[in-house]
Amino acid sequence: MHKVDRRVTHSHHFTSSDQEHEAGKQGTWFFMATEVMMFGVLFCGYFMYRFKYPDAYVVGGELLNWKLGAANTLVLLLSSLTMALAVRETQLGNNAKAMKLVVVTTLCAVFFMVVKYFEYSGKIHAGLFPGAWAPIPEYMDKINAIVAQHGLENFKLENLRLFLVVYFIMTGLHGIHIVIGIGLMFWLMKRLKNNEFSKEYYTAVEGVGLYWHIVDLIWIYLFPLMYLM
Amino acid sequence: MSGHNHIMPFATNLKVFIGLVSLTVFTVWSAKTIDLGRNGNLILAMAIASVKGSLVLLWFMHLKGDSKTNQVIIGSTVFFLALLFGIVYSDLFFR
Repeated sequence: MHKVDRRVTHSHHFTSSDQEHEAGKQGTWFFMATEVMMFGVLFCGYFMYRFKYPDAYVVGGELLNWKLGAANTLVLLLSSLTMALAVRETQLGNNAKAMKLVVVTTLCAVFFMVVKYFEYSGKIHAGLFPGAWAPIPEYMDKINAIVAQHGLENFKLENLRLFLVVYFIMTGLHGIHIVIGIGLMFWLMKRLKNNEFSKEYYTAVEGVGLYWHIVDLIWIYLFPLMYLM
Repeated sequence: MSGHNHIMPFATNLKVFIGLVSLTVFTVWSAKTIDLGRNGNLILAMAIASVKGSLVLLWFMHLKGDSKTNQVIIGSTVFFLALLFGIVYSDLFFR
């Protein structure tokens, strides 16, 4: 198949590079709309169960380490900044600078997943994974202490399990997006290394940027809902 | 080749980032120290998150100054999301 060098020209089915760029970007925005709707349904479920079983959410939130969540939030915000700057440098034609910024973005993403790994493995070893539900005595003491501290009379252990279903599904789907994002970053690195972008063509960097910012945006809502509320 | 470059100044990027970090600190601080009741704190946290989300959408994602079509795409997404929440919760609360 003939490969179009977009630094020089546009695909034959477009009338101009501008049109090709706008079409590509619009497609990415439509994709972002579907992402928001997909997570939107999960957020809808989060609130539904929260209103039905508020006590389980108090206990669930306290079982998570908000400091790790906050650290991950800051790292993700930093990665959004470096991604936005990478788009900017590509627009200016500085592929080498953009490359460094994409590398920093990737490192932030890896840091996020490492923290997530420790959080998940801690919960799974404590028997709090909903599919292999067997809370260890140490955690049962912790749960009972939280219940006593807040005077949660209506707390039931099975509702905590439900909270953890919501937690693992929502942060898990978000985590999958981070991993896919890391893959996309490597794709960008390869193309940046080959100097494939220019002031005239940077659609791919911009598109991955949009995706990355949406992933950040979803975490902005997830962090307070899971760790602080 | 013209027109499609909306290059955001470095300083603007940095300001948006500082705004996002400050609001994150405010989110944690308000959740830990201000007691508005469980639902009050929830509403406050979601309000702060929405301000942060708007910063990301409008500046990092360049929706401000983007084409009308792209603005309508994301605007209609918000509308349908509101519809989803509205119908589900009106059923949940007023059944």
